[in-house]
Amino acid sequence: MTGSTSPASIGRPTGHAGFRSFPLNAWYAAAWDHEVGRNLLPKTIANRPVVLYRTTGGRPVALADACWHRLAPLSMGKLRGEDEIMCGYHGICYDPDGRATFMPAQETINPSATVHSFPVVERHRYVWIWPGDPALADPALVPDLYWNEHPDWAGDGKTIRVNCSYQLIVDNLMDLTHEQFVHGSSIGHDALSESEFTVTHTDRTVAVTKWMLGIEPPPFWKRNLQDRFPDYDEPVDRWQIIHYTAPSTIAIDVGVAKAGTGAPEGDRSQGVTGTVINTMTPETDNTCHYLWAFARDWCLDKQVITTRLREGVSNVFFEDEQMLEAQQRGIEANPDYDFYNLNIDAGSMWTRRIVQRMIDAELGSDVGAVSDEAGHAAAAMTEVTGAANAELPGDGGTGQAAEVAGGVARHREQPTAGLMGRGL
Amino acid sequence: MAATSAKRWRRARVIDVREVAQHVRRIVLEPERLEAPAPPGSHIDIGVYVNGRADVRSYSVVGMSGYGTELVLGVQLARQSRGGSAYMHNLRRGQEVSITQPLQNFPLNYGKPGYVLAAGGIGITAMVAMGKALKARGADYRFVYGARSRDLMAFLDELVPEHGDCLDLRVDDEGSSLDVAELVAGVPVGGELYVCGPTPMLDAIRSAWARAGRRPADLRFETFGSSGRFAPEAFTVRIPRLGLETLVPHDVSMLEALEACGADMMFDCRRGECGLCEVKVLDVDGVIDHRDVFLSDDQHRAGDRLQCCVSRVVSARTGGLAGGDGRPAVVSIDVP
Repeated sequence: MTGSTSPASIGRPTGHAGFRSFPLNAWYAAAWDHEVGRNLLPKTIANRPVVLYRTTGGRPVALADACWHRLAPLSMGKLRGEDEIMCGYHGICYDPDGRATFMPAQETINPSATVHSFPVVERHRYVWIWPGDPALADPALVPDLYWNEHPDWAGDGKTIRVNCSYQLIVDNLMDLTHEQFVHGSSIGHDALSESEFTVTHTDRTVAVTKWMLGIEPPPFWKRNLQDRFPDYDEPVDRWQIIHYTAPSTIAIDVGVAKAGTGAPEGDRSQGVTGTVINTMTPETDNTCHYLWAFARDWCLDKQVITTRLREGVSNVFFEDEQMLEAQQRGIEANPDYDFYNLNIDAGSMWTRRIVQRMIDAELGSDVGAVSDEAGHAAAAMTEVTGAANAELPGDGGTGQAAEVAGGVARHREQPTAGLMGRGL
Repeated sequence: MAATSAKRWRRARVIDVREVAQHVRRIVLEPERLEAPAPPGSHIDIGVYVNGRADVRSYSVVGMSGYGTELVLGVQLARQSRGGSAYMHNLRRGQEVSITQPLQNFPLNYGKPGYVLAAGGIGITAMVAMGKALKARGADYRFVYGARSRDLMAFLDELVPEHGDCLDLRVDDEGSSLDVAELVAGVPVGGELYVCGPTPMLDAIRSAWARAGRRPADLRFETFGSSGRFAPEAFTVRIPRLGLETLVPHDVSMLEALEACGADMMFDCRRGECGLCEVKVLDVDGVIDHRDVFLSDDQHRAGDRLQCCVSRVVSARTGGLAGGDGRPAVVSIDVP
């Protein structure tokens, strides 16, 4: 190594084809609180079949949905006693820790008879599970979505199962330019693609901020503002502040205020603020559960507004769903091609980089480990060729990821003086 | 199709290397496999070694040779190169290199009523295959090839017999320099102009094209950033918010220098076109030499941001500012 460039600082490529994966050491929202009860709820989370239920004491439980005996789904069985589940095939029973408590045709319990019990936390109206190493499952790492259950906010949401990688939804939410084109009748506005935005990031978060000052409000926001200020029919200052928490939770601070009343400086007293709460849970590499809610800070006592917003946002997200599922099909139909990333993708590019680092850390891989001093050019290039075509799990084999692993992609196609870079 | 191809690397053997003009070598590579012939306008990426470090460069495919199994490149040794072209010039017959399949960012559209190809200097490498394809199709075309002097002009021996009167050579030291207004006027309405050459030539053609009110999409060129207004020189870059400061040597990009000093930088194309590596300019002691094609001319003049993969800063004296004392430039920036 030269010592000057740390492996972690080398940006991973972001082509779509290799990006079908997700970290396992993370909290993922498996279901809404009300969906988990004295019933057996089967879900696939991060490619793992899981069965969810609640004990009579109210505690949510998530067990591997495959009996230790012959892998029949436990979700086809039934609840037993206060907190146990019984396999519907041969009656083996398990407690919330996944340990067998009853076995047929024997008086003893085989101590090896267990199923995996996933760490579970119920918080902010979601039941979160940790598919990875249970030793690392720190409840403090659950994304903070307090708006879902806070007296200053009112709202509700839904779950959509989407036939696309969870990352495509992250991409979608990190760049709201698409609203102008996908959601023209509700929240779209020409100012969306014309406005400047800023991007900031930390190790686990990304923020994208966009202000649109003195614009005509789109229909959705005009109506919301008139909930509070019925007579107001003038331009507004509009904001969209996107807060991403790795790997797949996004809370978007959105709203409008009467133009020129100080919203950009922090005074939102003449406006209305919403928080779009989004958390995406990978189901498989190419499908996901999308749990969302819309919380508002105005007219908290009006249940009709809660319903109106939930249904309105639901319609808006249906437009996204159609586009994203078509995009997923497009990706799969074009395995030889990569994304071209634009400046508007900066937010999503940071999320992909953060997620890739989480995955690398789990795999124990060190992307920069290939020595820069490795022998002469021919040997290194052979290594590059080999690495470049080494297929990653679930990778379409683009080799682009490995191009960086080979240490070659840090400075591509650098133009030099005199002529255009080609041929120099 | 010109979507962004996923790169697939493979080995290739160097079949031949020879000088075809001053500082220009024709390099023939035989890839271990080739799914399809290289289309006109395509390039390959190739693994090179620069200062002991693996790196990647792009070179246009001049054409195919052998039984359609070999790729021909043309590489000019650049004085201010960071070593990529020197590596290429040092290749020897029989050596193995690592390349991608032909990648296409500069496709030729067929079926237009007329074409003009304009190559400047080593930019000819991107145009040779286009000329051949247009001739083979019987298209109405003119092939303009300019350079400072004739001994710098590669591939003349094949271009002259192939294109005959359709070839229009413009040689500065023979008094036949390229006139961009005339060039633009010579493109029939509905026809296309394909350009590959040094930045001043491309800039001049782009503005002549705009002045003539021609449709922007009919001017076709490839972007690798530009070579800038000034020769690259070392400068200092600071990120006050992160407490970082580093020297950017003349042969290293600002992006590379920032990465090397520990800044976590976002980027993608690394050729000044995607806009992802944009940094905010807080202060500059010197002059910004914008080399990207992402920002508009107005945005370049505003000078409050730059694309750090290609753009640089030069001293006030180099930049022609009054009172410039020759001290190396210093730029303070902020990053996402």
